[in-house]
Amino acid sequence: MNKTSLHNAHIQLGAKMVNFSNWEMPISYSSLIEEHNAVRNAAGIFDVSHMSVFDFDDGDQIAFFEKIFANDIKKIYKDDKAIYGALLNEEGGILDDLIIYHANNKFRLVSNCSTREQNRQWFEKHAVEFGVKVIERSDMGVLAIQGPNALKKILEIKEIDAQVNSLQSFECMFEGDKLYARTGYTGEDGLELIVPTQDIDHLWNQALELGCAPIGLGARDTLRLEAGLNLYGNDMTINNHPYESNLGWTIDMSNQNRKFIGKDALLSIDQSKSQKIVGIILQDKGVLRSGYEITHEQGKGMVLSGSYSPTLQSSIGLARVDQGFQENGKVMIRNKVLNIDFVSPRFLRKGKI
Amino acid sequence: MSDVPGDLKFLSSHEWARVESDGTITIGISDHAQDLLGDIVFVELPEVGQSVDAENDTAIVESVKAASDIYSPLSGEVIEVNSLLEDQPEIINSSPYEDGWFFKLTPSDMGELDNLLSPEDYSAVCED
Repeated sequence: MNKTSLHNAHIQLGAKMVNFSNWEMPISYSSLIEEHNAVRNAAGIFDVSHMSVFDFDDGDQIAFFEKIFANDIKKIYKDDKAIYGALLNEEGGILDDLIIYHANNKFRLVSNCSTREQNRQWFEKHAVEFGVKVIERSDMGVLAIQGPNALKKILEIKEIDAQVNSLQSFECMFEGDKLYARTGYTGEDGLELIVPTQDIDHLWNQALELGCAPIGLGARDTLRLEAGLNLYGNDMTINNHPYESNLGWTIDMSNQNRKFIGKDALLSIDQSKSQKIVGIILQDKGVLRSGYEITHEQGKGMVLSGSYSPTLQSSIGLARVDQGFQENGKVMIRNKVLNIDFVSPRFLRKGKI
Repeated sequence: MSDVPGDLKFLSSHEWARVESDGTITIGISDHAQDLLGDIVFVELPEVGQSVDAENDTAIVESVKAASDIYSPLSGEVIEVNSLLEDQPEIINSSPYEDGWFFKLTPSDMGELDNLLSPEDYSAVCED
């Protein structure tokens, strides 16, 4: 099983470790709910070094990304910014969702861990015609420091350039080989630090000393769910297209001359008939879980992600449902029909209900 | 190291049974189980009057992470459920052997107690 460079640190903190796509990762250190609340109310630090990091060199990188990425890289290529979007196959199926960072005229990409091998092969296959070199950075680790106090804590870490304070949402900067970005997966303010593993230990320890709580993958999941952020493999797979995955906003067709992979397939989809991802809140007692069946006046659907929301103190989920839903529907939990409300997937905005 | 009281009998699936002085049986889950589950947020209990069979799923406990079936260590008729768990399921985390009990039953066959694990044997199961 793969281990991050902080594996021993997690064990020493008493973390419960689980197998996550063949990585031994901390699911929680103490109480998942306490960890969740630490990020909503103060600041927490996550070791997410299982994520895949790629750099690129040589060739026409812009043309390369214009072809393989369904969002348009030209939105950021002149700026020091990050862009979120999907990697599609020719059929419009989602191969992965990822963030491409651009600063100092360099691109760095972070994608999911379970798709690492698929993505590397995909990038290498399509890089050839543009003369681009794909560099898998397995020597990189990823830390996320998130929460309303995250920036304040980060500015106390001497090794991090204080200029991070001026980064706006989705802006990023390099300090040598270290990339700092105002991005995250929690719905809170904060940074993601994509840095060489040799620097990780020290940054982690300093953040803990400054009072950042260590946060496991359990709370990472409830935090991202409250923020309405999809989890690849749960909320969308290769068998889903972006329009039925709440990712229509990341499909950029504005440049008619841009031929990205999957574009033709997407153009043939009737979006008015596509299913949609919607937020659901359980109105009765219980907990929504993946796979539960949903019905509403004009159709049906299924729960994709479901959990207990520590902030809302009720059960919430993401569901893919037929269009035509109104405010309420039903969910089947162990042969009982319970009531749900349909809401925006963004249960929280800037960490607030 | 989790706590395993000496007056209880256990299933390897982490449920405990305590014989009360009036011959009824109180049932709950172990300290080790609540620790594995993490923060408990919902419990579905059997109905009073319901007949249950030993080692059959009788209740459900949901932590933030997942739902788990709870098996009855003994057969019998449910005579009381812990209504406190409806609004405060988290007391299973803080008091798994006392305030966080699940249900009580009148056993139909006390001989089934012999099928259960002693505290020592259960502790060994938890260490595996």
